[in-house]
Formats: sequence, C-alpha cells, structure tokens
Amino acid sequence: MDYTQGLEKYKEKIAAISSQEMVINMGPQHPSTHGVLRLELITDGEIVKEIIPHLGYLHRCFDKHAESMNYGKSIPFTDRLDYLASMNNSHAFVMGVERMLGLHEQIPKRVEYIRVLVCELNRIASHLIAIGTYGIDIGAFTPFMWCFRDREHIMNMLEWASGSRMLYNYIWIGGLFYDLPVGFEDRCTDFVEYFKPKLVELDELLSGNQIFISRTANIGALPADVAINYGCSGPMLRASGVKWDLRRIDGYSVYPELEFEIPVGRGEMGTLGDCWDRYKVRVDEVKESIRIIEQCLHRLHGDFKRTPEFDPRAMVPKKVNLKSQEYYIRAENPKGELGFHFVTQEKSDIPRRVKARGPSFNNLSVLPELGKGQLIADLIAILGSIDIVLGEVDR
Amino acid sequence: MIEQIRDLLVDKFGEEAVIRLDEQPLQPILVVHAAYIEQIGFFLRDTEGCYFDFLSNISAVDYFPEDRFSVVYHLASLPYQTQVTLKIELQNNRDLKQLPEVDSVSAVWRTADWHEREAFDLMGIFFRNHPDLRRILLPDDWDGYPLRKDYVDAESYHGITTK
Repeated sequence: MDYTQGLEKYKEKIAAISSQEMVINMGPQHPSTHGVLRLELITDGEIVKEIIPHLGYLHRCFDKHAESMNYGKSIPFTDRLDYLASMNNSHAFVMGVERMLGLHEQIPKRVEYIRVLVCELNRIASHLIAIGTYGIDIGAFTPFMWCFRDREHIMNMLEWASGSRMLYNYIWIGGLFYDLPVGFEDRCTDFVEYFKPKLVELDELLSGNQIFISRTANIGALPADVAINYGCSGPMLRASGVKWDLRRIDGYSVYPELEFEIPVGRGEMGTLGDCWDRYKVRVDEVKESIRIIEQCLHRLHGDFKRTPEFDPRAMVPKKVNLKSQEYYIRAENPKGELGFHFVTQEKSDIPRRVKARGPSFNNLSVLPELGKGQLIADLIAILGSIDIVLGEVDR
Repeated sequence: MIEQIRDLLVDKFGEEAVIRLDEQPLQPILVVHAAYIEQIGFFLRDTEGCYFDFLSNISAVDYFPEDRFSVVYHLASLPYQTQVTLKIELQNNRDLKQLPEVDSVSAVWRTADWHEREAFDLMGIFFRNHPDLRRILLPDDWDGYPLRKDYVDAESYHGITTK
C-alpha cells in the first residue's frame, strides 16, 4: 500500500497549475515613473517578462522650435529639456554656438567660473532629487524631505541670480544674463558650510541602511559592455565601473583648472553596476561638486573678483552670423552626455537643424534589457536608479 | 586622425565606400556610401586602433529645397577617447510612399534602436532590418513626418481642429 498517494496527488495538482501572461500598464500617471512615462509590462505572475516603454507624452518639439528661431531664442527651450538641471543644458548649447563662432577663447574667466559654479549647484540640486525620490520609490520617506529641504536653498540662490526658480535662461551666448548679485559668493559659502554635514547625515541615513541595501544591492546589475552598447552615460555608466566623465575627457570650460575626482561604482554591496552603485555614485558626485564649488568660490573671491567695470554681456554678439557648418557638442549633464548637433545655414542666424541628444533617452533605452526577468517591485527600484527626466526623454 | 580612418576604410571596403572627406571648421565629417554603413559600423567598432564602441547620436537632416536627406552618426571611442562623425547622403523625391532607405546599425550599437525610431518618426527615414521600427515620440496614427521642412500641419487630429 502506497501511503504517499495523497501527497503525490497534491504535488501533481500544484505542478499542473497553468500560468498566464498578463499585460500591466505602469504609468503614465504613476509617481514611480518619475513623470509621464508609460511602461507596458508583459508579466507572468509577479515576474516581468518584457517591457515596452511608450514615450512622447511630454514631446514639445524642441528640434522643430529650434530650427524656426535664432540661436539665442532657443536657450529658454533648452532649459526645458532636463528641467531639473537647466543651467547645464543651456551651458552645453551656448558652448556649441560659441565654438562655432570662435568666441570660446575670448570669454572672460569670471564668466566661465560663474557658469561652472551655477552648473555645479544645479548638478547638486538634480542629484538631490534623484537621491530623494529614489528613497521614496522604495519606501524611505525621510531622505526625500531632507533632500528637498536642502535643494530649496539652491533653488533660492539660483532664483536670486537669474530671477527664476527652475528655468533660468541665465547663461547666454558669449556671456551671462547678469553678474552674480552682490553677496552671492558669501551666501554660497554659507550654504556649503551648512550643506556638508547635512550630506554626511543623508549618506549615513541611506547608504548603510539595511532595508535600503536589501532593496537595491544585486538588483538590476548593468555590465559595462551592455551600458556602452546602449549608449548609457553619466552616473549610469560610471556605476558600471567605467571612468568616463566629459568634464575630464573633453575638458571644456574651466574644468581642466579644477580638481575633482570621478567616482565610479565598485560593487561594494553586491554586484558591480547594481542599483546601489548607481545611487552611491550620485552621492559621491555631490561631494565632488561641493569641492568644485569651493574652488570656484575661492577664485571668484580672489583672481576673478567682482569689479565695477565688469560686464558679463560684453561679448554677447548682436547677431549670430555663422558660416554653413556642422558641429556636435557634448557636455556632462547630471544625467550624462548631453549633445547638440547643429547644422547651420549660410548667412542666416536660424539653424537648419538642431538635434538634442538627451542622456535620459539613451539611459532609459536599456530598461527593457535590465528589467527582463525581474519582479515588478524591483523594476521600480531599477527605474528609479536610472534617474530619468521625461522632459529630456521626449524633448 | 580622420584621414587614417578614411584610409583604413578604403583599404578594407574599396574606393567606393568613402565618398569624400568633408572638411568642417570644427569637426571633419566622413561621408560614406549608404550601402556600407552597417559593415563600416562593425569594422570601426571592432578594429584595434578605432574601437568606436559608443554611438553618441544619430541625427537626420533635411536639405530642403534639395531632394536630399542625410543621416549623421556621431561615434566616440571610450578606450582611445576619440570622436568621429560619419554621414550618409540619401536622394529622395519626397514621396511619402517611397521613403529614403538605409540599413539599420542597431545590430552594431543597440542604442541605435531608439535613435533610428526617432529619425523614422520625425524625419521619415526608413531603416531596413530594424528590429522594431515604430513611431516613438508621436502617436502611432500620426500622418507625415513633422521635422521635414515641407511638412504641413494637418487640419485636425481626432476631430480636434489644430489651426
């Protein structure tokens, strides 16, 4: 007599259970997609089998706008690409036009240092959003509040300088909208002093947190070769262990004169290039940005001090007259390589073609590869660690 | 640097593969024959001394009023920290039933997938052998290719007047 019949029958029943694929729509109106992104997931139970991203909900025709107006007028539109780092966007655009004009070597040093200063402030603001919202994505609420509290100081400072909170139109072709307001350097120094211990606090709160590590380590590991093949750049690529930072490689603006390290992922908590590494690279980059800001402030107090006769608009061209040519400029944005491809027209200040290459667009394209076979909850963690801004994906 | 790449390509694929070297003030451009673009991509990616493993950007350009389009590929090499720009030129009579065609390079660089979808969506360049050539930014039922200079806005979209 076989007494295990009942058990066998039960096992057969469980083994024969049918599984079924199901389509789940994530977004476009879901906070974890960080904007209006729709992901069509083909799932089997809780396992994601395929991801089909649908973009374009925030398409505002940047390319078409840019080729219907002159170069200077496009700067406010570039602000709206990656709207969390507007300074960096306009810096890249402006550099491209300046190089085509041959102006880039005549820009006063004070202007360049102010540009780098505001760009790095904006980089910190952007990374703070990335870190804060990443915490909230996987259930840590406190870092979100702390990040937004500290970011607010940066927003206020940049508003003081440019007159606008997020979309600045501050960096102009050949110069700046205005010089920094009187006392900006001191306020910025105060901010750095205030922010340094806060950053340590933030780092302690999140980086070593066991719950946070469990949710992020070994999840969504991106090997370096896949990252390169998919055109990932910025913290995404560096987290996979590739030391690639255009501020060093291209050495644009005054970055060659500044000292800073390039943080890369080391797989400290698990696999190289996992979500934790991507998060950690951003935290380390904020520290490096603070170093850059301190050096800029030192020089803006010293060699390139404010003088009554300094005019940040002295080099601003009345009309941008370019020869017919093509140029691709790339610069390191908080999210990665931002590129502009210009095709100019002879004797016209309106470009024939301006193509913006957004880093988030390329970073997002690796998601179907990264998320395959993961749990839905882990997909949220992966998507958050990519740190996309839909303004730049859809342009 | 770009002269050496041109010579390498001529050695490998013959004279007709490289049409000309376009001397630009800032970035010289290598204009190559459209039929060779995928092979050239593999060659530049895998050859020692080139290793152009990073495709920064693909952009399509419309040379209206000429009946000419071009597709520009911006490549970068991570190991050597160099850049090169390739370009192909496509003649087309702007008939929307007969789009300009070129081979896809998404087998070489996977990032080309989305860039080519964008070029198809906005400029109407058809990429042969693309794994998933659909519109990417605009809705699937959109008519025409808006980045073309001769594009005319539709009178209405789903019953919503646009003018």
